[in-house]
Amino acid sequence: MDARELYQDIILDHGRHPRNFRALVHPTNLAHGHNPLCGDRVTVYLELDGDRIKDVSFDGRGCAISTASASLMTEVLKGKTLAEADALFKGFHAEVTGKAAPVVPTALAEDMERLAPLEGVRAYPTRVKCATLAWHAFEAALKNRADGAATVKTE
Amino acid sequence: MTHAPKLNPLPNNPPPFAGDARIQRPRHGLDPTRVKRDFPIFERNPGLVFLDSAASAQKPAAVIDRVTEFYRSDYANVHRGVYRLSARSSDLYEGARETARKFLNAASSDEIVFVRGATEGINLVAYSWGMTFLKPGDEVLITELEHHANIVPWQLIRERTGLKLVVTPIDASGGIDMAEFEARLSRRTRLVAVTQLANATGAMLPVEAMARLAHRHGAKILVDGCQAAPRLPVDVRALDCDFYVFSGHKTYGPTGIGVLYAKREILEAMPPWQGGGDMIEQVTFEKTTFQHPPHRFEAGTPDISGAIGLAAALDYIEALGRDAIFAHEEELTGYGVDKLSRLPGIRLVPAGQRRLGILSVDVPGVHPHDLATVLDQHHVAVRAGHHCAQPLMDKLGLAGTTRASLGIYNDERDIDALAAALTAAQKLFA
Ligand SMILES: Cc1ncc(COP(=O)(O)O)c(C=O)c1O
Repeated sequence: MDARELYQDIILDHGRHPRNFRALVHPTNLAHGHNPLCGDRVTVYLELDGDRIKDVSFDGRGCAISTASASLMTEVLKGKTLAEADALFKGFHAEVTGKAAPVVPTALAEDMERLAPLEGVRAYPTRVKCATLAWHAFEAALKNRADGAATVKTE
Repeated sequence: MTHAPKLNPLPNNPPPFAGDARIQRPRHGLDPTRVKRDFPIFERNPGLVFLDSAASAQKPAAVIDRVTEFYRSDYANVHRGVYRLSARSSDLYEGARETARKFLNAASSDEIVFVRGATEGINLVAYSWGMTFLKPGDEVLITELEHHANIVPWQLIRERTGLKLVVTPIDASGGIDMAEFEARLSRRTRLVAVTQLANATGAMLPVEAMARLAHRHGAKILVDGCQAAPRLPVDVRALDCDFYVFSGHKTYGPTGIGVLYAKREILEAMPPWQGGGDMIEQVTFEKTTFQHPPHRFEAGTPDISGAIGLAAALDYIEALGRDAIFAHEEELTGYGVDKLSRLPGIRLVPAGQRRLGILSVDVPGVHPHDLATVLDQHHVAVRAGHHCAQPLMDKLGLAGTTRASLGIYNDERDIDALAAALTAAQKLFA
């Protein structure tokens, strides 16, 4: 596999210029993610409005894969319902681990398409955690009101 | 092998090589191209540029074959059977101890304890010697360059002994300032525990001078020789260290075996740290008396084949020549420092006045894991991350580094491949 198949332009771009890279001023939920293997850290901030993700952002430090993955994640999650977000999380997880065929509602096909550039990590088992770090933090944030932050580890 | 290696300070910009180093005959008599042929891994993985020997070294056929041969022809448990096969196995195992003694130039093979590796060796010292002799307020002096294996055991017994862990900081050059070191020695210092060669940066420490200073203050000294043992001649008597540990798998031997050396009188005074078979003299349910060292510290069936494989590795190293290996590592390190410091945008993590065998780099703007993944695609195997030295990374202000480490099979072409791959990665992430 060639380096460019993993590090596609879209990954390099989001790695250098992550979108929604900031702390929310009034998050309703948040959680920290930590990858002890490389010391990468990410914090995911959510502003939930009932069942809907009104806003989502992240900050922290990480490699190009984890930064790009977090950035793309915030883009697809914004405006989604919690059920849609859950479907995307499961679909993405299946996609990058290659463990199961991703099943996502057709309404979310376009979002899955946006996340597709990260599929390349499948060939790099040690890098899968980089791609899933922000998503695990997102999952943890859903259960975690902003007043008592939790930390998830990828291991 | 006339080249007597001198410890020249290796500046970050060593003198340039006259002409193309590749077409020069090595001055020290070690020919990495021929050495490489002794390692089956390179035959099975053509094109592999292996620069991760500091994590674990590859194994020569001599080691693989000796272990296989042992299982095929000589295997039985040691020290137990009266039958001849068991006696033969015991002889081989004890012979391996003698080989390790010679490797370290210890006075007696009774001073050689087989352990799982450096980590277990240091833990043995902490739990047996430390728990017995350290009292509240006693100090254990380490450095900022230590591997977690030489930090965490002391923290673990800190709660139980009341010891105080004192840390000598690195100076701006990435080395240890001896004045800073000496300033931390006092009557309270009971043990100095230091690495001979820092695994994260390649900084060599003046352990001989440190041992003299430690002893002057009435302290003992433990030297972590994990990275030094495979790279330079080691003489524990010349060093005058009290404890020395190294791991077999980094010295081209099997995993699961390593050596703890300690001076005889110290081992004699240390209680067992694990109980079981082989370490006892006599057992009744009321009272058990223990064997003399080293057997007192080898409870249960040991890693017999590991010890025999380790002896094969040490024999192999001796046959190449310790001085020749040292000279080869020094020369290639110089070549690497020279080559990498010419690459724009790549920063060599400083390693004090003397660097050996390890080139840790930081490429600002590129995460070590991204770098290592791209290097892997160029078949260059390096380690990325904190190298089990998180306190050092914090001090250096780095999340991690990308580390290339050298072995006897590496040559200038490997460094060239590393440099080319680094440049390609830089371009990708620019
Ligand atoms: C300097 C140093 N000390 C200790 C260790 C631990 O060795 P092992 O994992 O073989 O016990 C290492 C290995 O990385 C090391 O480089």
